[in-house]
Amino acid sequence: MPTVEEIKQRIESAIPGARAEVEDYTGGGDHFRATVTAAAFAGRSRVEQHRLVYEIFGAEIGGPIHALSLKTQTED
Amino acid sequence: MSTSESNQVRDAIAQAISENHTILFMKGTPEAPACGFSARTIAALQALGAPFAAVDVLPDPRIRQELSTLSDWPTIPQLFIGGELIGGCDIVCEMYESGELAQALGLPEGQATEGAPSDGEAQPSGFVQIENRL
Repeated sequence: MPTVEEIKQRIESAIPGARAEVEDYTGGGDHFRATVTAAAFAGRSRVEQHRLVYEIFGAEIGGPIHALSLKTQTED
Repeated sequence: MSTSESNQVRDAIAQAISENHTILFMKGTPEAPACGFSARTIAALQALGAPFAAVDVLPDPRIRQELSTLSDWPTIPQLFIGGELIGGCDIVCEMYESGELAQALGLPEGQATEGAPSDGEAQPSGFVQIENRL
């Protein structure tokens, strides 16, 4: 079961320069919400931005990570 | 055998996406969404009064599997407009709030309410049951 901290670290290490804020919004350890800020998102559509994050977790999305709700942005 | 069946499912999905200007793949139906994310996406579309087709992915696990392969998107719901993946619940809700969703749907002119690209009878090969709201 991934933790909030683990998800944050995986996103930040997979996307250069990214900052991620992750919360477990049900408290159940499987529904997460992440706000990811990364210059690497610039010039990409929202769909492409979300794909970059989803790809980090592959089949874990829908498995141990039941839901990963995303908000992506290039800067605050 | 199983490969060709998968391809048939994928073809049916691709056909449904090309034949319906606005189509939502969801868990459950618009009246009875089976997941909070699908429910929120439906609520955004309904708040705009946008006509749309809906496909319940739950009756056959192959629909979800093939859809995700086709769209390169891992989660449900998935909204397509004009054949393009718009996104899942997060993106649709964000676009609803910013007004971009209405724009993507061609609202408020409501041109989609008539002369929609579907004949209303599209039920390709029985794999994908479309509930047509066009």
